[in-house]
Amino acid sequence: MMRFYRLLLRLYPASFRAEYEAEMCAIFATRRRDENALMAGIRAVFDVLTTAPRVHADVCWQDLAWTLRTLRQSPGFTLTALTITALGLGATTAAFTLLDHVLLRPLPFPRPEQLMVLAQTAPRGNGRAAVTPPNYEDWRSMNKSFSSLGAYIGVPLPVNLSGQGEPARLDAWTVNAYVFPTLGVRPAVGRSLTAEDDRPGAPSVVMFSDELAGALFGGASNAVGRTIRLDNRPYTIVGVMPPGFAFPTREARLWTPLAGLPPTSWESRTNHMLGVIGRLRPDVSLEQARADLRVIAGQLERAYPKENDDVGADVRGMRDIIAPNSRLLVLAVFGGAFCVLLIACSNLANLLFARAMVRRQELAVRVAIGAGRERLVRQLLTESLALALAGGAIGLGLAALATPALAVLVPLGLPIRATPEMDWRVFGFAAALAVATSVVFGVGPAVRSLREADLNALRARAAIGGHMSRLRSALVIGEIVATVVLLIGAGLLIKAIWRVQQVDPGFKPEGVLTLRTAVPFRSTPDERRAFYSRVLSEARTLPGVKSAAYVSFVPLTFSGGNFPVTVPGVTAPSEEIQAHVRFVTPDFFAALGIPLLRGRDISERDNSTSPRVVVISQSLARRLWPGQDPIGREINHGTVVGAVGDVAVNGLEADSMPQVYLSAEQLPPDLVFYAPKDLVVRASGNPAALTPALRRIIREVKPEQAISDVRLLEEIVWSQTAPRRAQLRVLGAFAAIALLLAAVGIHGVLSYAVSTRTQEVGVRMALGAGRGNILLMFLRQGLKLGVGGIVIAMPLAYGVARGMTSLLFGVNPADPSIYGAAALLALIMTMTGSLRPTLRAARVDPAITIRTE
Amino acid sequence: VTADVAALLPLPPVTFHILLALADEDRHGYAIIQEVAMRTNGELKLSAGTLYRSIQRMLEQGLIVETRDRPAPEDDDERRRYYRITKFGVETARAEARRLAQLVRLARASGFAPGRA
Repeated sequence: MMRFYRLLLRLYPASFRAEYEAEMCAIFATRRRDENALMAGIRAVFDVLTTAPRVHADVCWQDLAWTLRTLRQSPGFTLTALTITALGLGATTAAFTLLDHVLLRPLPFPRPEQLMVLAQTAPRGNGRAAVTPPNYEDWRSMNKSFSSLGAYIGVPLPVNLSGQGEPARLDAWTVNAYVFPTLGVRPAVGRSLTAEDDRPGAPSVVMFSDELAGALFGGASNAVGRTIRLDNRPYTIVGVMPPGFAFPTREARLWTPLAGLPPTSWESRTNHMLGVIGRLRPDVSLEQARADLRVIAGQLERAYPKENDDVGADVRGMRDIIAPNSRLLVLAVFGGAFCVLLIACSNLANLLFARAMVRRQELAVRVAIGAGRERLVRQLLTESLALALAGGAIGLGLAALATPALAVLVPLGLPIRATPEMDWRVFGFAAALAVATSVVFGVGPAVRSLREADLNALRARAAIGGHMSRLRSALVIGEIVATVVLLIGAGLLIKAIWRVQQVDPGFKPEGVLTLRTAVPFRSTPDERRAFYSRVLSEARTLPGVKSAAYVSFVPLTFSGGNFPVTVPGVTAPSEEIQAHVRFVTPDFFAALGIPLLRGRDISERDNSTSPRVVVISQSLARRLWPGQDPIGREINHGTVVGAVGDVAVNGLEADSMPQVYLSAEQLPPDLVFYAPKDLVVRASGNPAALTPALRRIIREVKPEQAISDVRLLEEIVWSQTAPRRAQLRVLGAFAAIALLLAAVGIHGVLSYAVSTRTQEVGVRMALGAGRGNILLMFLRQGLKLGVGGIVIAMPLAYGVARGMTSLLFGVNPADPSIYGAAALLALIMTMTGSLRPTLRAARVDPAITIRTE
Repeated sequence: VTADVAALLPLPPVTFHILLALADEDRHGYAIIQEVAMRTNGELKLSAGTLYRSIQRMLEQGLIVETRDRPAPEDDDERRRYYRITKFGVETARAEARRLAQLVRLARASGFAPGRA
């Protein structure tokens, strides 16, 4: 019975037991004797079970109070440790949240791994292209791999929504009946689109997102069955998608069926306009689907040798359509954050370790006067955990602040939310790492010193074991390595951005305003022409307008619209060139500032009754007729009347195809999708000031016309580098944090070295060493760490830079100026960190240090 | 370790009882249990766990100390520890008593307790 009671007492903390076990046993023995033995036993069990947790809690409170007291006594240490932990955890959590959101988390559809994106491959390795409607129809009927294939038009069409409060401009996505079933998403209320809705002449219907239905009608069920007006035509809302649904981009709110398209545009095998998605059958692998589509593409090529010459099919997972560079941007940010976490942890280790060593004496004294070791360990543990958790809480706050800033790096083309949600798993991981670090380095050394010779520590400030100070030096070198790698990475990216911004887009963006007015597909050519000419002639009369024109798409905003160019009777099919085709009104080149190099501009006389004419870019002229005058020659799109400079249509960082410009008035009916939409106006003064006047003109010409994308051309060019700039800000911040932390680390190690070697310094000085020698001795120690870190970092940084080559825009991954600058910065950081402890060593007074020993 | 008296008020009942039990002489743990039981006519029988948890806290708070003065050897059991109330403990117990008296006065004024207001 007594044995059992003793066992029970083990539930109390050891310190409590040490004090009171004997007496409690005595009381238990008395009780057993005086009362019923069984009742005494039961009462004892109940007693221990209820009071033991409270005793533990008492001890924790005490330790916490002690922790707060000691941390307040050394505010420098506390602040540093908290800052380090918070920065490390905050950076890693925010960066991993982004990585997970963009690259890892499954897309928000059922069985997302079955969802595929299909595209045509352009002839002769010219990349991927949007799918032509007949090819889509053939793929759909011939394939055996997909349970469903859906198609939609690859760009949203702005529409004016009226009949429900204020007219609003919305982006409408044109989807066919198979898109939603392929995604596996049913409407929350009402019905989905059907094949019947896609037929020309079908009643006009539309589907809403839950968000839009809520905003306009206060809820999904209120919306279904209502009639709204889009571009002044009535549409019936037949269904509302579930909350959170967005496709193909995260901004999609409104879907219309294909019925609105002119039937002819559905028949052209050269009209690349469709995005295609497919759902794999459960038993079909990606490879099998690719093989299937390859066979079908071959059959189509034989059936339509002219249009489908060398046209293949590309199948890839929906998750994988994210551009490799977007992926790399995200990975680089995460890599940077991980560097910061490693630096933070090694710094924390160093800091706690130094503190534990300083405290060794205090602890030894307390053990000597009878404090239980278990109590001391508990106290130290409480302190370490409190530090790690408080730092972690601040870090979580930092991450919550930083995550929205990282949203710029979320690619627009994925149907996922714009702002990632905080990821708790990664926070847990980072917090666990911080806790482990603080326990291992904050408690471990202290416990060991307790176990070893307590009295030795009492007797002298014995120098610590050599291997421990070597470990600390190794940690600092590690910090310097990570810092230098970060510095080099950020430096190379800065140089790359600088280069991208130097790229000549081929036009002059300054002083140009653009806005989009998409005339509905149903409009007749005459209606369209009347609209353009009235808007343009009115705009040109505005004071401050130098020139104005319409174009299919302003450069940098749409990469589709590529068609083959051939010289009739000359070009072999294998030599066919893909070119960007745009329809323009007269004055387009002047408005955009594209130099007219030869011949003439498109003019008013190039209308539907006159011969078809084209203006081509210089690079196309050179490829077709090297060294000759292109004017007057024929290509498959018409007679060349002019040659202009090339434009970076696909973006500053991408290679652009040559360009072909056709007269807006000569638009073939099957290419109505490329009818001019974007108004460009060059102003002599501030272009933004023209916006109200232009809006008024358009409203007067056509009151129901939607206006969208009012932007300065400069903004469009500037936004090209926005993800890069965002990434650079993040990496730059990481590099700065790393630099700071590494300096703190060096400072810590040297301070400790100085404090343990004071006596040695005193002796040396007594023996005649000058202050200069002492200064050099410690400076050399700091430099050794710095140089060691830099030497190790260089090849590592080169490896990382090689991995980022595609982000570097031609900057040499071994660019010596960047490596030199990073090394110099690291050296300056080393010297700064070493300065204070070194100066302290040099101020040692030999008389005092020797006397105290 | 001594703190402000006011910071400890109101005292937990067990703490107050232990202080009362130590008012006239130093006692060891089991003697405190017996004394408290006697003073409360057997209504409050402290368990060992409750007693020593309170004692540990009271030692920390400086209300009591362990004393090295031992009783005559024939009465002594060397396993036993004896506790003595400190000056701070006396002050705290007095303050608690005043607090309780004040409370009773208020209760009387409202007619909840017998006696004159």
